[in-house]
Amino acid sequence: MVGPGLGPALENANPLVFRRSGERPVTAREEDDDLPDAIDDREIFDLIRSINDPEHPLTLEELNVVEQVRVKVNDAESTVAVEFTPTIPHCSMATLIGLSIKVKLIRSLPERFKVDVHITPGTHISEHAVNKQLADKERVAAALENSHLLEVVNQCLSARS
Amino acid sequence: MRTREEELKSLGTDFTFGFIQVMDGEKDPRNLLVAFQIVRDLVLKGYALGPFVEELFEVTSCYFPIDFTPPPNDPHGIQREDLIVSLRAVLASTPQFAEFLLPLLIEKMDSELQSAKLDAVQTLSACCAIYGPKELQAFLPSLWASLRREVFQTASEKLEAECLGALTALAACLSHAVLHADTHDLLDAFLSSVLKDCRHHLCEPDMKLVWPSAKLLQAAASASLRAYHHIAGSVLPLLLEQYNQHPQGCNLGPVLAPLQSSQRRTILEMLLGFLELPQKWGHEEGDETVLLDVRGPLCSVVSSALTDPSVQLQVVGVRVLTVLGTLPGLLVASDLDLAVDHLTRLVLHEEDPQSSMAAMEASGTLAPAHPGAFTDRMVRALAQELQTERADEGTRHQRCLQALAAVSTHPSIVRETVPVLLQHLRDLQRGSEPGDTGKMASLCRSLHRMAVQSQHDPESCSFYHRAVVPCLLGLALQAALQEDALLAPGKALLEEEALTSMVPIISAASTHLSPELAVQSAALMVPLFLDGDVSFLPQNSFPCSFQPFQDGLCLAAQRRLVILLMAFICSLPRNVPIPQQDRLLRELLALSCACDCPFAATAAAKCFAGLVNKHPEGAQLDEVLQLALNRLEPGLAEGPHRTQALGLLLWVTKALVLRYHPLSSHLTDKVLALLGDTELGPAAAEGLGLLLGDAPDVLHRGCHADVRLMYRQRFFTDNVPRLVQGFHAAHSDVKANYLKGLSHVLNHLPKPVLVTELPTLLPLLLEALSCLDGGVQLSTLRCLQPLLLEAPRALSPHGDTLVTKFLSLTDSPTMAVRIAALRCIHALTSLPTPGLLPYKARVIRALAKPLDDKKRLVRKEAVVARGEWFLLGSPGR
Repeated sequence: MVGPGLGPALENANPLVFRRSGERPVTAREEDDDLPDAIDDREIFDLIRSINDPEHPLTLEELNVVEQVRVKVNDAESTVAVEFTPTIPHCSMATLIGLSIKVKLIRSLPERFKVDVHITPGTHISEHAVNKQLADKERVAAALENSHLLEVVNQCLSARS
Repeated sequence: MRTREEELKSLGTDFTFGFIQVMDGEKDPRNLLVAFQIVRDLVLKGYALGPFVEELFEVTSCYFPIDFTPPPNDPHGIQREDLIVSLRAVLASTPQFAEFLLPLLIEKMDSELQSAKLDAVQTLSACCAIYGPKELQAFLPSLWASLRREVFQTASEKLEAECLGALTALAACLSHAVLHADTHDLLDAFLSSVLKDCRHHLCEPDMKLVWPSAKLLQAAASASLRAYHHIAGSVLPLLLEQYNQHPQGCNLGPVLAPLQSSQRRTILEMLLGFLELPQKWGHEEGDETVLLDVRGPLCSVVSSALTDPSVQLQVVGVRVLTVLGTLPGLLVASDLDLAVDHLTRLVLHEEDPQSSMAAMEASGTLAPAHPGAFTDRMVRALAQELQTERADEGTRHQRCLQALAAVSTHPSIVRETVPVLLQHLRDLQRGSEPGDTGKMASLCRSLHRMAVQSQHDPESCSFYHRAVVPCLLGLALQAALQEDALLAPGKALLEEEALTSMVPIISAASTHLSPELAVQSAALMVPLFLDGDVSFLPQNSFPCSFQPFQDGLCLAAQRRLVILLMAFICSLPRNVPIPQQDRLLRELLALSCACDCPFAATAAAKCFAGLVNKHPEGAQLDEVLQLALNRLEPGLAEGPHRTQALGLLLWVTKALVLRYHPLSSHLTDKVLALLGDTELGPAAAEGLGLLLGDAPDVLHRGCHADVRLMYRQRFFTDNVPRLVQGFHAAHSDVKANYLKGLSHVLNHLPKPVLVTELPTLLPLLLEALSCLDGGVQLSTLRCLQPLLLEAPRALSPHGDTLVTKFLSLTDSPTMAVRIAALRCIHALTSLPTPGLLPYKARVIRALAKPLDDKKRLVRKEAVVARGEWFLLGSPGR
């Protein structure tokens, strides 16, 4: 796993900032006690869009690292697939960002879901290595045993004040 | 210096020189604050400075700009800002310093340091207040160059604003100069140089520097009327010409069109800025010759903006029009007519709601200045539209009604619009179908808005009252007096919804009446309801007589109209005497206890309560209340009308609690006793909410009710112990009522009071969480959630109970309870962490289940709560 903050200088000091989508409006159906609401793409996207970037005071949504079109969920089959796009192809934070997304989804989704987080094909130089790390359950668990790494992930997942 | 001023002054310049020597080289910020104060006094109190002006300046100005950061843990609390302000007071204390200070300021403005720039510009503004043109003259070109550079290149909005302020101050200072025939006019020269440097930026096609230039010009122009004339006279024609050079979007390619329209919008916004400036110094100085000269082109530019397809351009155009219209004597009749036609078109036919809203607002602002044009053109067009209106055009119909209300901001317009709306109401009622309730509701909203707008103009208010109240009553009566009233056409008016929406109209039309008219009106209304005297109503030939207080099945429809009487009579000021008050109160009392229809009974009870609340203290009031008690006791005990009796009890109790009447505690006891009643208990518990909540239609300050301060706190201290006692003594199947009542009381109490009372109530609240009633659970959770956030220490010892109860409520069948419970679990994380860690694993495990809740809103709360519990005690939180 690549540790965060290895170099003092930011790799991408001046990123393009995207607009945040607003809160999802509550529909009458959602307020009806009896009707069930399926878990949909937007719901998953809402879980991960507010994750903080490890090096900018911005969210992954504002940096366009995650987009709703790159989120796929199948409630019936209990699968979630999220693609994320690092801001630059040699971004050393890619693994950390992927880990944050994965941890957030594991903490926020029912246990029945199989969570798959990977890099949008063709957007990072070491795409396969990162994807492999993220898919390996034991390596993810081991990473979270590392208190330094856990601290950084938790910072990404803390509510922005 | 405070006590020996004379003696010190007699020392002459020796004292000044001595002080300079003492102060020189001082470093301690505490001493500096005192020293600056002394220098200021030396200057302002007229000590002899003699040849030492420059020395005195040097010894203080060497500290400028202040660069001081208070050390951490500074016991003296001197801030950088304190030093800056006191030094500035010294530097800007006398024009004698000008020749030394101004070069220093220019030097600092040209420095790299943001804070130095800011300080220099602010000091310049302060100096301009006391300097004359003589001091400034030599430095004007360099000052202008520095200010201009800062505004053109600035990165900081604050610095830009300060520079613009300084420019205004400079120009204002120059404007104050007395003009001599032979001297060179400094102001004109200065403004000309400003114009020379900014004007050409306004014409450049890339428009990069237009905004900074426009801001500079506007800042200079806002200094004085003379400056305004000078600048506006040159800039306005230029802008108008520029606007016309960016041609209408239609004959360009589709790519260029939006670009052009945005450029024209920029130009229009700059124009707007210049036009708004004269408002700063009022109209009395008012020769708007500059504006008169360009009236024609201005009007045509506004016209073209208003007919442009771009919505943004339209909206800016409407704002320009609003400013032009409020400048007196600028627009001539034909311009106005055209303007009103444009507004009418935007209101009725523009698809975008933004422009039509802007047009309505503009109409409301302009109407008082030009009532004639609006009544002749807009009101007429809207009225026509209402009549020819077809069923399928719902939005246009609504717009018509909204616009009629919006434009009614002048008595003469109110005179025109009210009859239009009332006629429309009659038409609606005549052809009323079930689907018309929406139209009726929007009509009532418009009428209500007009009532509120005309409240503060006595003439409109009395006209409105005289026209609307009898008409509404007449229509309602007509509907109610038909045979089989509840089935006949026109019954739409009698539906609870329609009658309820008339209440705010009548109420708003009656709260601000002049005393004479109020008395007059009351003298008509009371006989109408008591004796069926319909003579003052329009079209008063009814098939049968109006007797709302009589017995009889066929009178059910008539009784509903009591709510209209309530709307009127409960809104009158307290000093208006009610004719036949005694008899009216008796009839209301009887109706409220004995009527089968809950709607009419409640209306009568509210009306009775409203009158009792305002009734002057004395034997008469005691008698009325005794009467009420006599009715209430048997009514509550048994019989078919127990619910009605409870309603009356609640409303009368509220009326008395609000005014701190001694009888209120007796009545409150009755309500509390009813909590133990198996049949009425739940309603009585809800009633506690009614007692402490705000009623929308009666018994609030807006309708002149007698409402004492802090009555809620008083109610709380008086009654909560009894509630708690009652709860412990009560039988198990009515315990829930007490909890529900308690949670209502707590919900209406200000949170700070609640926090102090918490320790005594907490056991009860925890018990309430186990209560099976969903309502009690919900209101208890909502009560506890803010407490968890605000008083975590008090709740901390109960962590175990709270965790257990909250977690069990996440299983509730009611979505709202699950959500509230999850919010409480989230709020628990604000308790001290060490006490929570033992529960962390358990909570996280338990919250896995609501993550899979069938409702999305529940899942959302579960995610937030669980995420927060994960972070608890973990690094990086």
